[in-house]
Amino acid sequence: MTSSKTSAKGFLLKVVRNPLFFPLMALLLLVAVNFFADPTFFKISLEPSSTGNLILSGNLISIIDNASELVILAIGMTLVTSASGGQDISVGATIAIAGSVILRFVKVLPDNVSGGRFTFVLIMSFLVCVVASALCGAFNGALVAFFKIQPMVATLILFTAGRSIAAWINNNDNISINDARFGFFGNFIPGIPVPTPVFITAICLIVIALVLKFTNLRLYAQSVGINASSSRLNGINPKFIKLLSFIILGVCVAVCGFIKVSRTSSITYSVIANNIEMDAILAVALGGNNLGGGKFNLTASVIGAYVIQFLTTTLFKFKVSSSEISAYKAVVVILLIIISSPFVRKWFADMGNKIRAKKQANVGKEVN
Amino acid sequence: MSVNSNTLGENKLKKRSSLTDSNLLLIITIAVFFTMYACAVVFLKQGFLKPQMFFNILNENASLLVLSCGMTLVMITGGIDISVGQVTSLVCMSCAVYLQKVNDGVISGNVFTSMCIALAIGLAFGIVQGFLVAYLEFQPFIVTLAGLFFAKGMTTIVSSDRIAVTYEPFVKLCRTEVTIPFLGSVNKKGIYIPAYVEIGVIIALAVVVLLFCFLKWTKLGRNFYAVGGNNQSANMLGINVKLTKFLAHVLCGLCAGIGGYLFFLHACSGSPLHAQGAEMNAIASSIIGGTLLSGGVGNIVGTLFGVLSLSTIKNIVTSLGLDEAWWTNITVGAMLCVFLIIQSVILYVRTTLRKTKSKRTN
Amino acid sequence: MEAGAILEMRGICKYFPGVRALEKVDFTLREGEIHALMGENGAGKSTLIKVLTGVYPKDGGDVKLLGTPVHIKSPQDAQNAGIATVYQEITLCPNLTVAENMYIGRTKGPLTNWRKINADADHLLDELGIPASAKDQLGNCSIAVQQMVAIARAVDMDCKVLILDEPTSSLDEQEVQKLFKLMRDLKSKGVGIIFVTHFLEQVYEVCDRITVLRDGMLVGEYIIEDLPRVQLVSKMLGKDFDDMAEIKSDSDAEKVDYNGTPVYQAINLTGTTGIKPFNFEIHKGEVNGFTGLLGSGRSESVRAIFGADRVIAGDVKINGKAVKIRKPLDAMKCGISYLPEDRKNDGIVGDLSVRDNIILALQVMKGFFKPFSRAQAEKFADKYIKLLNIKTASQDTPIKSLSGGNQQKVILARWLLANPQYLILDEPTRGIDVGTKVEIQKLVLKLAAEGKSVTFISSEIDEMIRTCSRLVVMRDGKVVGELKDDDLNQNKIMATIAGGESNDIQ
Repeated sequence: MTSSKTSAKGFLLKVVRNPLFFPLMALLLLVAVNFFADPTFFKISLEPSSTGNLILSGNLISIIDNASELVILAIGMTLVTSASGGQDISVGATIAIAGSVILRFVKVLPDNVSGGRFTFVLIMSFLVCVVASALCGAFNGALVAFFKIQPMVATLILFTAGRSIAAWINNNDNISINDARFGFFGNFIPGIPVPTPVFITAICLIVIALVLKFTNLRLYAQSVGINASSSRLNGINPKFIKLLSFIILGVCVAVCGFIKVSRTSSITYSVIANNIEMDAILAVALGGNNLGGGKFNLTASVIGAYVIQFLTTTLFKFKVSSSEISAYKAVVVILLIIISSPFVRKWFADMGNKIRAKKQANVGKEVN
Repeated sequence: MSVNSNTLGENKLKKRSSLTDSNLLLIITIAVFFTMYACAVVFLKQGFLKPQMFFNILNENASLLVLSCGMTLVMITGGIDISVGQVTSLVCMSCAVYLQKVNDGVISGNVFTSMCIALAIGLAFGIVQGFLVAYLEFQPFIVTLAGLFFAKGMTTIVSSDRIAVTYEPFVKLCRTEVTIPFLGSVNKKGIYIPAYVEIGVIIALAVVVLLFCFLKWTKLGRNFYAVGGNNQSANMLGINVKLTKFLAHVLCGLCAGIGGYLFFLHACSGSPLHAQGAEMNAIASSIIGGTLLSGGVGNIVGTLFGVLSLSTIKNIVTSLGLDEAWWTNITVGAMLCVFLIIQSVILYVRTTLRKTKSKRTN
Repeated sequence: MEAGAILEMRGICKYFPGVRALEKVDFTLREGEIHALMGENGAGKSTLIKVLTGVYPKDGGDVKLLGTPVHIKSPQDAQNAGIATVYQEITLCPNLTVAENMYIGRTKGPLTNWRKINADADHLLDELGIPASAKDQLGNCSIAVQQMVAIARAVDMDCKVLILDEPTSSLDEQEVQKLFKLMRDLKSKGVGIIFVTHFLEQVYEVCDRITVLRDGMLVGEYIIEDLPRVQLVSKMLGKDFDDMAEIKSDSDAEKVDYNGTPVYQAINLTGTTGIKPFNFEIHKGEVNGFTGLLGSGRSESVRAIFGADRVIAGDVKINGKAVKIRKPLDAMKCGISYLPEDRKNDGIVGDLSVRDNIILALQVMKGFFKPFSRAQAEKFADKYIKLLNIKTASQDTPIKSLSGGNQQKVILARWLLANPQYLILDEPTRGIDVGTKVEIQKLVLKLAAEGKSVTFISSEIDEMIRTCSRLVVMRDGKVVGELKDDDLNQNKIMATIAGGESNDIQ
């Protein structure tokens, strides 16, 4: 009987220690809150949109749709966190740059080069945007890897200057794209009822899964994040891996920027992807990843990203205005880091040990 | 055992103090500032020679100066506080709302209580963040990032609109100008206009002097350096590291409160858009002023020059006719980048030199 | 309470995750005595001292100071209670001035009186003959001066108990004599001194009493006259010399062919870490060693061979073929493996599992785009866990929760898996238990018998003599001698290290 008890306990412990446990619990909690507050929250319907397409609509769909950028960012942010032991706070600003670059090229190219082939224009602009974002990433990465500046401070440079650079690229014009096809990537492709960003996210997830499966990125990034010095002595180039992680994040940012500008077919430099860096870091933290670098769990980060979007949508439902949301999220962050801190964990462990010791002492007394 | 009496004797002869990291970086900063200002005077004759131009820089940046000083304190202990900008914004908004209510007769109060509110908000942020960083051992960046967003949200919760203060005694205080004797200038019509600074500048300079003395001569101030230089060593030397870190954050919070009020005095209004990116400017000023991100090295005088350098370059950028809004931010970013790289390189060179030197003397 | 006892520690226990650092250790320090605390690396000396000074909280036991129980929770408490300490690593702040380092954390009043502390410091520095000025930044001083400053700070503290934890490792003979004079002065004033050192002759020069620790346990307390050197060593090692002799016996069978092409040959290899250009070669099946005092450049030399630090000049040949080794990966591809001196910072990847730690090097050599399958990795790990008898709960256990010796075996497994022709082991036996030490030495000899070349470095000359057939002796970053065959004995080695002045060191 005791053995079955201990194995049950062991199983429970295993479940609790699983990195996915924490984000999944948070997700469940949110679902439960919403369910009791308003059961219609989960209603999904197929309705014609303003352009006459049949599209899926409902809170869940909008959560999955709106979380796309965050999920894609969380992938890159997790890698950067793992390899460099810090976070990139410039992602919001870099998204602005990426968006600005795309809009500029989509606007400029048709007249000169493409001769009206819009797909060509789109692909070219997207590639240029990927290069631009990757360069931003490489800039951050170089500061971190070669000049040994703490990631958050290194990225502070683009955090300040990024939105200004984005405005500068387009001379602060309010560019908007009139071609409806540009909007497909942030909204719906006619005839498909599921929002396009969901597909883009899926593609990104598949790509990163394949990369992790067929390369040693995971092992290298983790080794560098845990102990750069011994990684170097084992033949890994820690500087390059750190740089690489920032460049990968740059590519993720490019995709996000593309989705973001496609949603509205225009850009507001000071507002686009505002505060998204906070959400991305939060997603990584929620996924139970150590913000000091080292081991990571990408699935957990992705679920974390969905949890955050769920939370945002829920807060909107409770009539919290978008500018006030940051206060509530800050409270969540603080609570989260308190719970996950080694200090508090140790305290709990000590408490547990004390109780167990007391029990044992009592048992001992009984025997005596 | 290798007996090495040679080096012993040699060292004895060369018994002179070498330049400390702190002083080296300070000298660079001061040199950069004066070169920049001189260049501005020579190449852009748009009044950089007028004393008032200089005092205007002070007037506009009194708040930043105090924020930067607070930032320097935290950075010396090896931490960072990125919430100060939004705390400033929150302080402005809270005081504005409070004073307007006083003005409308909803509640009773005066300018003094609004100051207390400002200090209390700053202190509260400092204490909570300090506790989380020092005693629960969280990364200061994460904690203060959360603080930043909390303050941002709270500002809009207090009020989402811009509020101009019309409360008479306060407006009077805002408008007070302290004239500086002998440093005025004569305008085109030949009328002598005395140079002036706002009250905020006096307060800010007082804070600078106070903190300078604090860091230089008090034991607690020296402990800041020890903790930033090497956490564990400081502990072994009998310094209460946690308390020191905590107090650094509290002082930085207090500075954010004071800086917030100075901003309020200058702007005479509250708005969610106030002091946007001030934390960035504060960090940049500290770094330009020779404070090392890794902690242990820094100087309030340097920070003063850091603020001046930063504001001067902003003025230069505007004078060059690049007055689109984005140029300021891009310049600040670029300047920060340059100084970060300079620091990184200087430190690298110095540690390598030190290593080879100690190898040789061994 | 014992008569004249200043400090009494009874039943001190301290545990780290997976390690029993101290188990019921007693220690007594009497007034006006110099008490040596002896034991091998990892015996618990430093831990005991850190418990006493409040750096680590103790997990059990009592401490009495002058007969009254004290609870020392922080180094600050220790200072206030009159315990001054000089630690093994320099625990001063490199960014502060010399004077500040001497007085910070222990002056009265809220203000710092710069003129006074600078004057006091200069006075004290002069008195102790330390070649530094009060206003120098500490980080700009040499390591020896830094250590002397730490000593000056402790001495000036008007303490009842002075702890010196290996203070002499970076000092030269003259400075050591100065320190000893200082210690005798303090002793005559009634201060109790705890002295930790690795140098036996120093113990017999100044100490009155010896307490020996082994594996976190108390072996005993002895008056110095009652404990001859040989006995002290066997108490520290926990076995007699004869037991250790067996290792060498079965290795003499293999004879190294010194005339063939060397497996590795370097000419004028020059690094940036302060060592002079040196020549070096090693043959197939040979075990050689680098020896010299701490900081003599022995680790720097092997790091240069492996490309761990920047190499700026020199020709390297592997099996007679010229190669360029610029970074560790180059060396690995040439079949060189390197087990670093600092296991914690350079060796293990703490949070990764034992399995990942084992396959790491081979995986890196195989390439970024060719990861091992899970099954393959498990097979490798399983094989080496069995082969080296690594005690771990499972392959998935993070390496950091293993004991020091087992961690070292995992790192060894990593490099054996890479199947090198030339294996460099820098202090593989430091800080691990005696049993594992012997196992590792046997393994080295076995590898050599299989035709691999091995460079073996150890601070313990006995170990070197037992395992190596050729010793390269270094001093001040220079190769000063090479010893072979009959020259491989303690006296000769010591004499070469010391540079000709063969004092009669036993």
